[in-house]
Amino acid sequence: MAAAILALFLRGDDAAARQNARWVALVATSATFLVSIFLLTGFDPADTGFQFVEEYDWILGLKYKLGVDGISVLLVMLTTFLMPLTIAACWPVEHRVKEYMIAFLLLETLMLGVFCALDLVLFYLFFEGGLIPMFLIIGIWGGKERVYASFKFFLYTFLGSVLMLVALVAMYVQAGTTDIVALLSHNFASDDMVVMGMTITGGVQTLLFLAFFASFAVKMPMWPVHTWLPDAHVQAPTAGSVVLAAIMLKMGGYGFLRFSLPMFPIGADLLTPLVFWMSAIAIVYTSLVALAQSDMKKLIAYSSVAHMGYVTIGIFAANQQGVDGAIFQMLSHGFVSGALFLCVGVIYDRMHTREIDAYGGLVNRMPSYALIFMFFTMANVGLPGTSGFVGEFLVLIGVFQVNTWVATVAASGVILSASYALWLYRRVVMGDLIKEALKSITDMTRREKAIFAPLIAMTLVLGIFPSLVTDIIGPSVSAMVADYHAAVPVVGDSKLALK
Amino acid sequence: MTPADFQTVLPEFCLAIFAMAALLGGVYTGKDKVAPLLMWLTAGLFLLLAFWIGAGITGERSAFGGMFSDDPFARFAKVTILLSAAAVLVISQDYMTRRDLLRFEFPVLVVLSVLGMMVMVSAADLMTLYMGLELQSLALYVIAASRRDNVKSTEAGLKYFVLGALSSGLLLYGASLTYGFSGTTLFSGILSTLGGEIPVGLLFGLVFMISGIAFKVSAVPFHMWTPDVYEGSPTPVTAFFATAPKMAAMALLARLLHDAFGAVPGEWGQVIALLAVLSMFVGAIAAIGQRDIKRLMAYSSIAHMGFALIGLASGTAFGVQAMLVYMAIYVTMNIGTFAFILSMEREGRSVTSIDSLHMLSKTAPLQAMAMLVLLFSLAGVPPMVGFFGKFYVLQAAVNADMTWLAIAGAIASVIGAFYYLRIVFYMYFGKETDGIDGRIGTIQWGALMIVAAIMVVGVINLFGVEAPAQLAAEALVR
Repeated sequence: MAAAILALFLRGDDAAARQNARWVALVATSATFLVSIFLLTGFDPADTGFQFVEEYDWILGLKYKLGVDGISVLLVMLTTFLMPLTIAACWPVEHRVKEYMIAFLLLETLMLGVFCALDLVLFYLFFEGGLIPMFLIIGIWGGKERVYASFKFFLYTFLGSVLMLVALVAMYVQAGTTDIVALLSHNFASDDMVVMGMTITGGVQTLLFLAFFASFAVKMPMWPVHTWLPDAHVQAPTAGSVVLAAIMLKMGGYGFLRFSLPMFPIGADLLTPLVFWMSAIAIVYTSLVALAQSDMKKLIAYSSVAHMGYVTIGIFAANQQGVDGAIFQMLSHGFVSGALFLCVGVIYDRMHTREIDAYGGLVNRMPSYALIFMFFTMANVGLPGTSGFVGEFLVLIGVFQVNTWVATVAASGVILSASYALWLYRRVVMGDLIKEALKSITDMTRREKAIFAPLIAMTLVLGIFPSLVTDIIGPSVSAMVADYHAAVPVVGDSKLALK
Repeated sequence: MTPADFQTVLPEFCLAIFAMAALLGGVYTGKDKVAPLLMWLTAGLFLLLAFWIGAGITGERSAFGGMFSDDPFARFAKVTILLSAAAVLVISQDYMTRRDLLRFEFPVLVVLSVLGMMVMVSAADLMTLYMGLELQSLALYVIAASRRDNVKSTEAGLKYFVLGALSSGLLLYGASLTYGFSGTTLFSGILSTLGGEIPVGLLFGLVFMISGIAFKVSAVPFHMWTPDVYEGSPTPVTAFFATAPKMAAMALLARLLHDAFGAVPGEWGQVIALLAVLSMFVGAIAAIGQRDIKRLMAYSSIAHMGFALIGLASGTAFGVQAMLVYMAIYVTMNIGTFAFILSMEREGRSVTSIDSLHMLSKTAPLQAMAMLVLLFSLAGVPPMVGFFGKFYVLQAAVNADMTWLAIAGAIASVIGAFYYLRIVFYMYFGKETDGIDGRIGTIQWGALMIVAAIMVVGVINLFGVEAPAQLAAEALVR
């Protein structure tokens, strides 16, 4: 099944080399979306194991193994759903279209690989491989400071993930396999150990957890390692930002769910307070930073960091609501932040500036744009009825049961996000149309409206019928949470013993 | 010499006969006019021998009373050496003809040095080791200086010679100490005198020999000659330096350490680990400042040697296997990269400054794409094959409880990624300047494309290099 998806891409790459690369790319991504719908309809949510498993032998005793479970299937859907829209959104690109499309198709292949991989090395391969096309997308088609941004993006994430590579090798040596399914049931040693005079509680698990954490936290990105993100987002072309925000950031969250929590429960349990406070700080701090931005894309980028803070809090709350909420938030953020970047792209294509000060009173010339922008601003804020609300709400419920203080701080982020998002909206769209340059701006074309329509639909549907999602992820999540809690009490005892 | 001995050294014997015949033939016929023919003949012979050694011989044999051994390990190294030497000859033909560098001595010297390398990797005795090493080195000193009217080339030759002589001296000193304390020059004899405990004299001998060979591998702190020699030598010679001799020296080191000192891996493991860490970091950091692509490749190869040494430092059979796979991948990548460097020219004159690569993706998109793949592979970014080399050695290190070494390697690879990325940056996002012409000879183009394809397609099964490497490693480490 998943191999069929991959084969499709390879064909897409070849075909894209021809003249009408755009259409080919659009058709290829849409076809993948259709294939993935079959994947979803054929998916049985009640089964908590992996489904559609494809397995072949590979080098070094490794396996080429793909498959999905309740957690990853929706992320696969998110990817395939957003890609055709992204391709459609980069229609106006005139500069080296063919390479652009190839880069995006390659990127989609790798991202799907990340979500489907059931072998640790394969996962790493896709996870890292995604850096190459993104590096090129930012570097070639990006804005003025693109070189700095692309290098920063690449080296930052590369540094994070080589530590993961070492941890990965260590896991292989310990467990003797890199099969994710087998690793999920492997208990890594958690006895305290002494390294250079320091006693490390939780031993190997803590170290492995930290190494994986380094990689995923950079990818996510969590405060204080988020600084690559605003640069990368601002300099990337519109479609690049969309993919980066809507899909690539999710790889970090997915990593936490797939590896950190189930494989190193004891390490995770020990470090949960750290993660909680890092996320809480991220929510408040980046929201405040967002308030001060004068560049629209930067503002939305910081808001992404804040929203990702909810995701990490939810995941590490490690209960049904929290994790459900985190996944929901990831999906919702995929739609909403993607759409917001597209909104910026719409006016950037017309005016070639992202400065908030250059705009104002757009509602007079662009009524439908104002409406759509309004909708997604509200979704970003988390207005009930939109998908943003469900995710944040579930996360907060989940966290409240675990840590009231963190929940309180995180909840304040909702207010802050309302202030920066609405303020942005007021400055860009409302008011009188005074700026001379804006007087001839045109409203959205049919193509642009067509791109937003499915996004609006999804945001509303998920907001009104959240059970569509929770039904699918529910069983997998509850199984994972149960396993986690089964493993953790052991350490609860040892903590007491230490006292 | 018994007939069995003769059988064992037959490939080496053929090569020696060929070298002498070629020399005589060259002198008595058209001299430099027959050089192109000779190049092709040599490359053909290398291929033939590689095929013969790789597919035609099995089992383990030794000759001359155990001084020369022919086992899967030696054969793996020999095949790699022969194939890479053949590839280098093929890709440099066009370059040398156009610059009037093609003398008939060049292929002959290459044959002689390859012969030396084959003896090196088969050495089972300190005398054989030294003989092979010197044969190899003497031929290399000459070809480094083969552009006689060029100051830099002669400087490179001289520098290489002086430092090479120094390293030979160290090696000889170490060998004589070893002989003095163990009473034998045979590796197997040295091994049997070591009973888990190593006398101080032998330890000194070991360290001196490691230093001597580390010169040849260009491991830090014995790397000083590398950038100058790489820069000064004619590019085809540099391409040769970066491939076959590295493989040979690495294999020799592995053989010495395991065959002669295999009983005390803890003693030399530390030394090798230190060399590895230093090489990786110095190679990665010093390369950042380089503007000349040949110097840059010199530091890059220093860093790569550091990674390969990680495999050796672990002191296990898997470590040797990792080292062999790493070296095979490294040699392949370098052939592709040098095929491209050989083709870099502006208005007919060759250039080596990396500034000249600005916007190559405009003038020659396909070449830029292939180089992109190679550079990412050199940097060890998945999914390129270069990543698997790194993965192997890191795994070997962790297996041997040297996690700190693996972490150091991982960090060095990030630093190293920067300068490879910068070349990508010039090729793709650079500014418009007088770039290189983007013309490339058919053979070089072919080599570049094939290697780039290998780097991508190899992900599937690494072209089966794993199994022979494993066989080779198991033959060496028992």
